[in-house]
Amino acid sequence: MDTNIASGFDVTRIRQDFPILSTQVRGKPLVFLDSGASAQKPRVVMDAMTRAMETAYANVHRGAYHLSEVATEAHEAARGAVQRFLNAAEPEEIIFTPNATGAFNLVAHSFGRAMLKPGQCVLVSEMEHHANLVPWQMLRDAGLGIGLRFVRVTDAGELDLEDLAAKLADGKVGLVSVTHMSNVLGTVTPAAQIARMAHEAGARVLFDGSQAAVHRAVDVRALDADFYIFTGHKLYGPTGIGVLYGKRALLDAMPPFFGGGDMIETVTLEHSTFAAAPARFEAGTPAIIEAVGLHAAIDYVNAIGMAAIEAHERALVDHAMRALTQVEGLALLGGAQDRGGVFAFTLEGVHPHDLSTYLDRSGICVRAGRHCAEPLHTRFGLEGGSTRASFGLYTTRGEIDFLATKLTDARRFFA
Amino acid sequence: MSAPAGFDELQDLYSKVLRDLARNPAHRGRLENATATARGDNPMCGDRVEIFINLDGPRITEAMFTGRGCEISQASAALLTELVRGKSPAEARALGQAVARLARSGERDETSEDLARLSVFSVVKNFPSRVKCATLAWHALDAALAGVKETSSE
Repeated sequence: MDTNIASGFDVTRIRQDFPILSTQVRGKPLVFLDSGASAQKPRVVMDAMTRAMETAYANVHRGAYHLSEVATEAHEAARGAVQRFLNAAEPEEIIFTPNATGAFNLVAHSFGRAMLKPGQCVLVSEMEHHANLVPWQMLRDAGLGIGLRFVRVTDAGELDLEDLAAKLADGKVGLVSVTHMSNVLGTVTPAAQIARMAHEAGARVLFDGSQAAVHRAVDVRALDADFYIFTGHKLYGPTGIGVLYGKRALLDAMPPFFGGGDMIETVTLEHSTFAAAPARFEAGTPAIIEAVGLHAAIDYVNAIGMAAIEAHERALVDHAMRALTQVEGLALLGGAQDRGGVFAFTLEGVHPHDLSTYLDRSGICVRAGRHCAEPLHTRFGLEGGSTRASFGLYTTRGEIDFLATKLTDARRFFA
Repeated sequence: MSAPAGFDELQDLYSKVLRDLARNPAHRGRLENATATARGDNPMCGDRVEIFINLDGPRITEAMFTGRGCEISQASAALLTELVRGKSPAEARALGQAVARLARSGERDETSEDLARLSVFSVVKNFPSRVKCATLAWHALDAALAGVKETSSE
């Protein structure tokens, strides 16, 4: 049974909200197990975006006419929805970016260049997505005297907190930037504890919530996060919009990254002054329709309830642990105590790409490769990559069982 | 766009010939003192092939490869090291172009014994995401012949 009666969570009913889940792939029912890369969209998100374009579309913040005012209101309402979703103190702490990668680059260029001092460094972990690694490498290499350190990951796939403490000990770390949930290991990091450790060492802290915000309720104030990042398309919203949360005082002290329209206060030919956050960081026409879609997605998950979603996914994780570990030749990456619905694995004798092609014949979509986390695969001796099954709120136990069966078949096929 | 491939195409793709090539390549290993060598990487999946060749005058006299990756990429590298021996660089490049055409469209525009062997890749056209796997080694060969040390399938 996939119905969690206690929480009122009925996955069969929820699946009806996602039109694509009733389609077929190669004549087979779609089994979408790649939500960690990008999640499918419920009808309400599509409808909200269509309705906005049909009835309420104009550019925002710059039209002195009714339609622009309506669009502006919708855009700012989306900001308010994100604020409440993250429990931020005020909407001005929410900056819309093109995606999570855009948000990391914004922090690296704005906070990193202006507020980190020569001799300070950024501390990331070995399990980071490239979006939370490459911008810091670029900052390190920009000739500003800013370093980069790495927290180790244990064999169990957890953040090594002793190593974190050791790396923080000399007080040179200006920013700790780590994932809240690994997109490969599924590991949920102890964010509140990490924030406490960072702050005690005089560092700011940023969490990559691209996976975590999808699976669990996030409270940036309870975590005491200085920055928190997630992306719309993994939260059942559209592509093209991401979110950077930042504490108001920090944002006010940070210089703009992109220059252009909407982020200014005054402009002369010689000089410009800049608007307050969030406008200061949102140069140019924003993702207007996408913000409406993200708002609808947040309303959708809120209506189900993040607690119910988390309970469903915990049940899926338990089920997957049992089903996958029974597949002969399968080795899971990591084994953290606290993990979400992301399972990367290797299957003895079958290359991940060959396996992905095989599973595709049965309508199963999984990710094969290094999942934009190459150093983590190197850490586990898997330069050739792994295969990853990742769940969404619409994933069923039946789909996980089907995957396990097909993995066994694949091993036979490639034997 | 080609029709979606089904299980039959999967059997065709992973033919006995392809899988023997991938698993029992005749020329796997490093060629010491190679006159030309280059590495090809697929940054998305981590597949890697390094090609070593010896040129004696106008002809490739020896070819070997090392690497790791899926069966398609390894079979393609294995076949490359068999077929380019005795060829001129121009003939070897032309074979690479034939592999790319075969993998992308299944098109075989001439008949030869070499192309008959390469036809194992013609079914790749039904698996668009795997074209890069079939052509990775040949990109590396092109790079080696051009005196470039590294190349990418991207």
